[in-house]
Amino acid sequence: MDLLNLLIQGTLLGGLYALFAAGLALMFGVMRFINIAHGDFIVVAAYLLLVAVLTLGLHPLVGIVLVTVLMGAIGYLGQRVLLNRVLDDDILPPVLVTFGLSIILQNALMEGFSADSQRVPAGSFDTASIALGPDIAIGLLPLAMFLAAIGVLGVLHYVFFHTHLGRLLRATADDAEIVPLMGASNAHTFALATAIASAVVAIAGTMLAMKTNFDPTIGPSRLLFAFEAVIIGGLGNIWGVLAGGIILGVAQAIGAQIDAGFQILAGHIAFLVVLALRPRGLFAKS
Amino acid sequence: MADATVGLAKPKLDLAALAPLALIASVIAILATAPLWAGRADLRMLMEALSFLALAQMWNLLAGYTGLISVGQQAYVGLGGYLFFALAMFMGIPVLWAIPLAAAAAAVLAIPVGWLAFRLKGAYFAIGTWVIAEVFRLLAAQFPALGGGSGISLPVALAKSVAETRSGSEMVMYYIALAIALASVAGVWLLLRSRWGLALTAIRDSEPAAASLGVDVRRVKFMVYIGTAAGTALTGAFIFLQKLRITPEAAFSVTEWSAFVIFIVVIGGLGTIEGPILGVILFFALRDLAADWGTWYLMGLGAIAISVMLVDRRGIWGALRARGVPEIFSTRRVLK
Repeated sequence: MDLLNLLIQGTLLGGLYALFAAGLALMFGVMRFINIAHGDFIVVAAYLLLVAVLTLGLHPLVGIVLVTVLMGAIGYLGQRVLLNRVLDDDILPPVLVTFGLSIILQNALMEGFSADSQRVPAGSFDTASIALGPDIAIGLLPLAMFLAAIGVLGVLHYVFFHTHLGRLLRATADDAEIVPLMGASNAHTFALATAIASAVVAIAGTMLAMKTNFDPTIGPSRLLFAFEAVIIGGLGNIWGVLAGGIILGVAQAIGAQIDAGFQILAGHIAFLVVLALRPRGLFAKS
Repeated sequence: MADATVGLAKPKLDLAALAPLALIASVIAILATAPLWAGRADLRMLMEALSFLALAQMWNLLAGYTGLISVGQQAYVGLGGYLFFALAMFMGIPVLWAIPLAAAAAAVLAIPVGWLAFRLKGAYFAIGTWVIAEVFRLLAAQFPALGGGSGISLPVALAKSVAETRSGSEMVMYYIALAIALASVAGVWLLLRSRWGLALTAIRDSEPAAASLGVDVRRVKFMVYIGTAAGTALTGAFIFLQKLRITPEAAFSVTEWSAFVIFIVVIGGLGTIEGPILGVILFFALRDLAADWGTWYLMGLGAIAISVMLVDRRGIWGALRARGVPEIFSTRRVLK
């Protein structure tokens, strides 16, 4: 029964990790670019929700929509104004620029909100749960988040494979140099990809804000979770990201059961084992 | 007629070749006499700067010549520190021997670690190395003998074994720092002027071209990874001997040992020996001026690093070179 409980809790956590990972995978897929500040953007979204709910007094759902739209717009502009200027074959400039952004964001949040740990209350959702048996109960909030994560991944899947925008993104992912010959602008396509990724990041960050305590320094470890979920799941596969997130979540839940200090370590070890045995991930598209 | 031209040109050429050597010699002389002219606080700052110079040279060798962008070199700073503490405290190895031994042990550990990390390419390698550093940080917190999560101090007897008096020990420490920094600069310089250096420069300029000329790119990169791991761990061992205390957070700090080191190299000029030197000088000058600004200082540092990428990604030394400033550490090969 205990093991089943661990699997359920880990799986629900994995939904959130899949959302962390989806934005990262999308940007890498389209632009061959890893945003070192990815985790810090997740934390920025969490703080934006905090402001929307606690300062402006908005309903959390309204706050989530607002933060998602705002982050999407910031993502589009950030890509056009800053990141497009450092994208080329050399991987150092984007790594360095986003590393710099990461330091700036962490310290700006520290300046604005202090190092205190925060959390956004989700009302009655916080404690509600469904009993599945004498020993097992699923929290409504984690369940809702897991379903929302699957919904977001479903929307991404639809956009990617059934819309004009998706065709453009896939073509750019395949060969970014050819696409402009067909009349599309890479600068615009890249910015659209970042806008979508940022909107997903915003949803992930707002969920994080309601699920756990957060402070300005937790961004980098969220980046690592996102990265691990991507690598475990395998490149170029939206549903692989979900599987990667769930494997990571379950590994962390099992680690936490052994010893509180093992939670994060167990996730890292699961990642290293996959890297050693299947470096292309478990569900990579060949 | 031709003889006369050569004869005339020759003394001028020799002077141009001697000027950088004279500059290097005088800087070494000034640094070597520092305990005579610098106060205690200045000496401590110099020690720290020299440590950062060694770390920066190692990162520069890795990223600037093999293109391996690591955000996880703090793994080796921390490993060097912890291995040093373990060797000195539990195996009774004399402090000054424990430093190079810790570096050697870290280099051995770098072989399986590198094997794992090399399965990732490009930006994925960068984040993968970071995960590995985090694994070491979390593991270090799991060893109660080494103080677990709260860290451990070097026993007073061991700290005193370096020298009897406080000023004597500071002198010894300073010369260790100077030796490590000079060795890092000289090591990279000699490496680049050797056969290996030719392969490295070829890899830096174009990997496919280097491979087509018979350079075993993967092997060269791997050897450089192991070598820089050893150099980084050597510096790490010294840093924590000087601090006398080690904690997982301090030993495996990504901000201190990766962000600062990367900013130093990139602002100074990646892929040059002079760049990291210039970067360290600027970094410490800036820190002296702005350390009181706290978070604003760190934000400024991030902004400067971003600006370098936007304005001139060759860094300050690269920009100076492009404007005709002669190089100091010559690694060029001229067709004769």
